[in-house]
Amino acid sequence: MIFAMLGEAWRAMGANRLRTMLTMLGMVIGVGAVVLMMSIGQGAQYAIKQTIAAMGSNLFILHSGSTTSGGARTGSGGNFTLTVGDAEAVAELPGVQTVAPMHPGNAQIVYGPNNWNTSVTGTTPGFLEARSWQVTSGAAFTDSDVRSATRVALIGKTAAENLFGDENPVGKTIRIRQSPFVILGTLAAKGQSMDGRDQDDTLLIPLTTAQRQVFGSQFPGSVRLIMVQATTQEAMPAVEKSMTELLRQRHRIREGMDNDFFLRNLTAVADSAEESTRTMSLLLGAIASVSLLVGGIGIMNIMLVSVTERTREIGIRMAIGARERDILLQFLLEAIIISVAGCFIGLLLGIGGALLVNALTGTMVIISGSSAVVAFGVAATVGIFFGFYPARKAAQLDPIEALRYQ
Amino acid sequence: MAEPVIRIEGLHKSYETSAGLFPALKEVSLGIAAGEFVAIMGPSGSGKSTFMNLLGCLDKPTAGRYVLDDRDVAGLGKDELALLRNRTIGFVFQGFNLLPRMSLLENVALPLIYCGVEREERQQRAHEVLAKVGLEDKANSMPNKISGGQQQRVAIARALVNRPRLILADEPTGNLDSHTSEEIMALFEELNREGITIVLVTHEADIARHAKRQVRFHDGRIVSDQPTPQTEHAS
Repeated sequence: MIFAMLGEAWRAMGANRLRTMLTMLGMVIGVGAVVLMMSIGQGAQYAIKQTIAAMGSNLFILHSGSTTSGGARTGSGGNFTLTVGDAEAVAELPGVQTVAPMHPGNAQIVYGPNNWNTSVTGTTPGFLEARSWQVTSGAAFTDSDVRSATRVALIGKTAAENLFGDENPVGKTIRIRQSPFVILGTLAAKGQSMDGRDQDDTLLIPLTTAQRQVFGSQFPGSVRLIMVQATTQEAMPAVEKSMTELLRQRHRIREGMDNDFFLRNLTAVADSAEESTRTMSLLLGAIASVSLLVGGIGIMNIMLVSVTERTREIGIRMAIGARERDILLQFLLEAIIISVAGCFIGLLLGIGGALLVNALTGTMVIISGSSAVVAFGVAATVGIFFGFYPARKAAQLDPIEALRYQ
Repeated sequence: MAEPVIRIEGLHKSYETSAGLFPALKEVSLGIAAGEFVAIMGPSGSGKSTFMNLLGCLDKPTAGRYVLDDRDVAGLGKDELALLRNRTIGFVFQGFNLLPRMSLLENVALPLIYCGVEREERQQRAHEVLAKVGLEDKANSMPNKISGGQQQRVAIARALVNRPRLILADEPTGNLDSHTSEEIMALFEELNREGITIVLVTHEADIARHAKRQVRFHDGRIVSDQPTPQTEHAS
């Protein structure tokens, strides 16, 4: 019986092809938009996650604090209050995985006829661990390089390309402010940072070398930044608290006085970025769902017209023995077929659109089975929901009135 | 007289109109036995169409009793009425009322869908009744490709497909020329000879004389109920 009814629904839809297709178009656009938006949203979320993973996880940054001289405050990092000793003390705290004191700066680097201005960071081997940064060729510098302030460097991919072109940088000698440095290894590509900086346009050198030979420092052992990695995300609040206490103690800051350092939780920044993309993709999905709703209303509209047009047919069917539920089922089936078929086409178009966006703009898209299933389920529900009222209207027609209808 | 198929006692039917309650049928009582061929006659507005709608279980009486095939129709729900229309009654309309998008075979098989008959049996039975009305070779034609007389034959085949005890025909020849009308009436007579009870609404005396009994309505009441004069019928 259901097959016979499906056949009839198909025939009824075929009888007015243009109208059926236009009705379907509402669903096609709705589902297509939902699928497309979800793919783009999920793609963006994934990209953010990648960026966060590249940044390193569970990270804090300690900045030197500001000083006040003559009423003018210098801003963070203006006073070199942090020391290597602070870093070593923080490393002993429970819950701390790695500590990397850093001395960042910019310098012109020269190799043969080429030169390039890039960021040069003096740090310790712990930095690579904290940022989970791989050395692709050659080797990383060691603690002994830091102790003896050797002139060695690790070079990022962008800096290497600009300075060396196709040449292998490992073992080559470059000059930074006239001092020769040997490239020990090359760093794996990291891509853009959260703020859009190219993280691969960089050079890493031992901390002591940076302080003594490249940038100089206010006093021996001072550092501008300390990167601290906690063992787990759960340990971060405790580490933050104990680190603050420790540093206040070490810097002899009295109760009620401001810290002379700044502590920033990098993961929190990343989390909020991830949160905002999630919100964004939900929002996009919600907006797209509105078009699904409009598509559903379109189905209802056309089904109501169809019921009116076919009043006489309904009367005939009732006269020869159709029950209310037979008529209901017949019209409901038509609505469901239209919405499910529209949904299927919309699904294909949405996936196609997502792939096209990916091909044209390089935006990451993720087509997940779950969003397809959700879109399909929603479409079928919309079909039943919006098809029910017209179908019920048809089923409740008075057979005599319906038969008399011209 | 054989067992009654239809027993009607004190049937009333009123309609709500803007001018108040309009009584379309007043105190109608009638019995129709199995195998009868009855013509319901009367001018328009006499209540004969209302009477047919009640007979066909398309409508419910305001008051009175209607027993069809030993069942009191007044007490039945909508689904049970639909079942009666499907199994016990076959309808033939003035305007043929075939569904335009379906082939003749599908039109004829349609009532069987509503009582859950399997596809193969549906087709087979539809073929049988189409053969009976002489249109088997047109089974796959569409209704708009055949003549009015042929369409009415298909409608009769549709009415027959579920082997009803009763056929209700509402002005079945109203849209046909006199020659074709004769053919259709001959078909009804043949069906009646096979034992199917036929109730026919018409206002044409020529058509009514094919029936064995003529019931005349006027102003919502039965004004005469008599056998068709044999001499006329034989002609």
